[in-house]
Amino acid sequence: MSEQTPPPDSPHEPEAAAVPEGPSEVSGGPEPEAALAEVAASSPEDAEQPESPPGEQLAAGGRARLVLNSIMEGRPFTVTVLALVAALVVGGLINAFSNTTVLHAWGNFFSAPGHALALAWSTAVGAYVELFEGSIFNPHTVSALFQQASIGTALHDGYVSAVFNPLSETCVQATPLILAGLAVALPYQAGLFNIGGQSQFIGGAIVATYLGYGINLPPVIHVIVCVLGSFAGGAAIGWFVGELKARTGAHEVIVTIMMNYIMAYFLAYLLAYHYLMQAPGTVNPITSPIASDAHLPLLFGTHLRINAGFLIALACAAGVWWLLDRTTIGFEFRSIGKNPSAARVAGMNVERNWVLVMLIAGGLAGLAASTVIQGTDFTLNDQSFGTYGIDAITVALLGRGRPVGVVWAGLLFGALHAGAPLMQAATGTPVDMVQVLEAVVVLMIAAPPLIRSIFRLRGGGGVLQVLARGWGA
Amino acid sequence: MWQRCRIVLHRCHIGAPNRGTSRGLGVDVELELRGITKRFGPLVANDRINLAVAPGQVHALLGENGAGKTTLMNVLYGLLQPDEGEILLDGKAAAFHSPKDAIAAGIGMVHQHFMLVPVFSVAENVTLGIEETNHRTGLLDRRKTRRDVRDLSRRYGLEIDPDAMVENLPVGIQQRVEIVKALVREATVLILDEPTAVLTPAETEDLFRIIRQLKDGGTSVVFISHKLKEVQAIADTITVLRRGAVVGERPPSATEDELAALMVGRNVQLRVSKEAAKPGEAVLDVTDLTVADETGRVWVDGMSFQVRAGEILGVAGVQGNGQTELCEALMGLRPTAAGQVTLDGRDLTHATPAQRLRAGLAYVPEDRQEDGLIGSFSVANNMVLDQYNRPPFASGINLNLGAIASRAAELVTEFDVRTTSAAAPVGTLSGGNQQKVILARELGQEHKVLVASQPTRGLDVGSIEFVHRRIVEQRDRGVAVLIVSAELDEIYALADRIAVMYEGKITGFRPPTVPAEELGRLMAGGSEASALAPDPGAGTTAATPASGAGT
Repeated sequence: MSEQTPPPDSPHEPEAAAVPEGPSEVSGGPEPEAALAEVAASSPEDAEQPESPPGEQLAAGGRARLVLNSIMEGRPFTVTVLALVAALVVGGLINAFSNTTVLHAWGNFFSAPGHALALAWSTAVGAYVELFEGSIFNPHTVSALFQQASIGTALHDGYVSAVFNPLSETCVQATPLILAGLAVALPYQAGLFNIGGQSQFIGGAIVATYLGYGINLPPVIHVIVCVLGSFAGGAAIGWFVGELKARTGAHEVIVTIMMNYIMAYFLAYLLAYHYLMQAPGTVNPITSPIASDAHLPLLFGTHLRINAGFLIALACAAGVWWLLDRTTIGFEFRSIGKNPSAARVAGMNVERNWVLVMLIAGGLAGLAASTVIQGTDFTLNDQSFGTYGIDAITVALLGRGRPVGVVWAGLLFGALHAGAPLMQAATGTPVDMVQVLEAVVVLMIAAPPLIRSIFRLRGGGGVLQVLARGWGA
Repeated sequence: MWQRCRIVLHRCHIGAPNRGTSRGLGVDVELELRGITKRFGPLVANDRINLAVAPGQVHALLGENGAGKTTLMNVLYGLLQPDEGEILLDGKAAAFHSPKDAIAAGIGMVHQHFMLVPVFSVAENVTLGIEETNHRTGLLDRRKTRRDVRDLSRRYGLEIDPDAMVENLPVGIQQRVEIVKALVREATVLILDEPTAVLTPAETEDLFRIIRQLKDGGTSVVFISHKLKEVQAIADTITVLRRGAVVGERPPSATEDELAALMVGRNVQLRVSKEAAKPGEAVLDVTDLTVADETGRVWVDGMSFQVRAGEILGVAGVQGNGQTELCEALMGLRPTAAGQVTLDGRDLTHATPAQRLRAGLAYVPEDRQEDGLIGSFSVANNMVLDQYNRPPFASGINLNLGAIASRAAELVTEFDVRTTSAAAPVGTLSGGNQQKVILARELGQEHKVLVASQPTRGLDVGSIEFVHRRIVEQRDRGVAVLIVSAELDEIYALADRIAVMYEGKITGFRPPTVPAEELGRLMAGGSEASALAPDPGAGTTAATPASGAGT
């Protein structure tokens, strides 16, 4: 500032100060307001709300929405990587302090401290090594491969496949997670929180299974019909939710949670009667296996389970990206997600978009079911839906609601799932350890302020700071 | 609690506090801010601000939006902690960690948005948080509270009924309740944050009368505003803030031009130069339009008017008299209960917003952040927010990102939008530049009618000038323009014809030469003609076109 406060008793003296020579004079454009606008652009206009986007959200959608937004839109990369590191450390500690052998060694800590520490270290690391070998690469398979007489026998007996088996399993596990994760991420972009992955999964699974064993079609066509059917089945459930929200204003979180129960019991009902979907001659809640024509084709031979479902998942991720970023439909979705009232003013039909986005999301969750039924399970039972719909939320969260992020998050969780059995078999670490890791990752992602304070990153306290400001302003 | 209220009572009975006495916390507190600095990240909202408020003075803080006035007062009120600097009360350093500390030190604040419980009575609101109980029964002592409110109300001429429900009170009275709230808490320094933004000219006059009485009673008032005339009318001292720093202190006798120049940093033209309108055919025809909300409350009550090509119809009125609802109904954002809206003879009464936009309505919404822009979207995307699905920006469902980008580049230049790039989130722009983005979008497309609601609200003087010139330019091109504004100055500056709106009805059409007093009367429903004898030289009621040119 070129002038300071003049003393109050000499108010008229600095007349010249009233028209200062600021930077505006220097940069003055042809029009007088150009200079002013420059001032305005750099002026502390947003001093009161330096983080205006979250601030707006607070006004628009309340506290839960704000927290969710800050999770999805925080500083992505660093926090994600550090969250993974933190999860591995926490998991290792839990492992080291829960393993009975190690605990015993801790008991003798004062007589043999080195032993206890070494054992704790090797236990923690050993579990991760097995996890890695089960999900990505196992060196033993390579040595086995080199002991083979010729390439021909190696190929024929599956030694080559064994090398790639961990990766194949990771992809197989990741496939439904990616698709279901997209089913959460896409509506999130339009401002909807889809908790109903389970119900949409079940919807897709029922249709895909029924088409799989109930009708006869030529090979390739049968696969396609089943896949499209699963999309339609999931989409129907998603459409129903969107329609309820659009027509009555029912909150999608409530409706989707309710749909999860409804569809789970509906499936149990279908599987309880032979004249419905229960397989003939069994008392178990399971359907007949689907026709082999309806199986998704394997990609790399019979030794590896990786199938076309993985390609479907990748194609869907690419499709969702294209839809969101390159089409008018996605433009509407994103507008409505960020600021529904501005979207409405701009002539967008908010309700119709809710229905559409839930329909597509339901279809994606239905496709996830298709990759499970037609890719790996081939039958449907009352547990087939597992926790895909719920895991999908964590995948979408970890992927920050973006298609590419969802693919990476899905692969990560897929790897954890794929490696878990070997880890348990080789080291005795329970498979539940994987859930601990997942939980810690998500906890860390969901708590960026925590991550930032643990690792002393700048800009911490985002959520709380904004909440406090929202109250003050 | 009990003890505290005894003190309140005590003060209420001793009559108006006398200047010069100094009991306990002190009635005449001299407040001083020294070197207050507050940063938000890289942004310096307050830069070494010095401010001294003498006892019994009205000290105005004048500055544009974003100059740091509110931040400074939030620091003073304990809502924000300063990074540097100190607050002195009677020469002693005071640290306010929360509003509670500030209140205890005798500082009261009336926020821009009132902090009242609508379903409580005045007395209940006033005692909220410092409720007084009868020490025999332990129950709330409602009678005493009511008496206190009545006493204070009488002493300062506030005319408040302690038993009235707050939700039933007009805005001006609610503001007085806020003032009483502060007085009951023994405020000796009262901060009023943009107190006139929601008031009618008559209510503003009443507020000024109350402020003068408070002042005579020894209370210091910090009056925050960006309106030059008001500040000149009420203040004893005017401190001007610009970009977070104090740029000068002036007596109220300083000229308007001088204050404006200090505030903005250069000389500004306060009037829009325009030629006489050459109105053509009626383009927008509104007949008996009635709009009600979900609860059945009628906001627009059988309004009829026409806007002709090449003229600006200004709708004046105090906020909350149905102007928002009128605009929303015109844009199809609110259902029309009855009546008809036609554009060039085409019936649009039940058209969707998209159909209306296509029919040639352009709309500058009242709340630009909420309704006009998507803060996290880029400037470019915001510039096609209501045209994204038309060629050349889209072919089929494919967005044509190249066309959007080049369009944005064009508009950024044409409308002089100051942004680092067209890809920057629009939320990072200043308010004036955000408004330019909206104008660029709405004016840059083919349209026959422009509906602009509060087009310059919250903008600095320079941006107001820009927006006004663009709007007049539209008129001269033959667009029918409807301006809705609560600022009389704006109506006078732009309108070729003025319609005054009160409780959903038009109380009269007037030419722009009409005196402000008459408009004020129409804005208050047209019945309070005698109650509104203007206080010469004070307040917005005196804002005639002639005086707007500066003295």
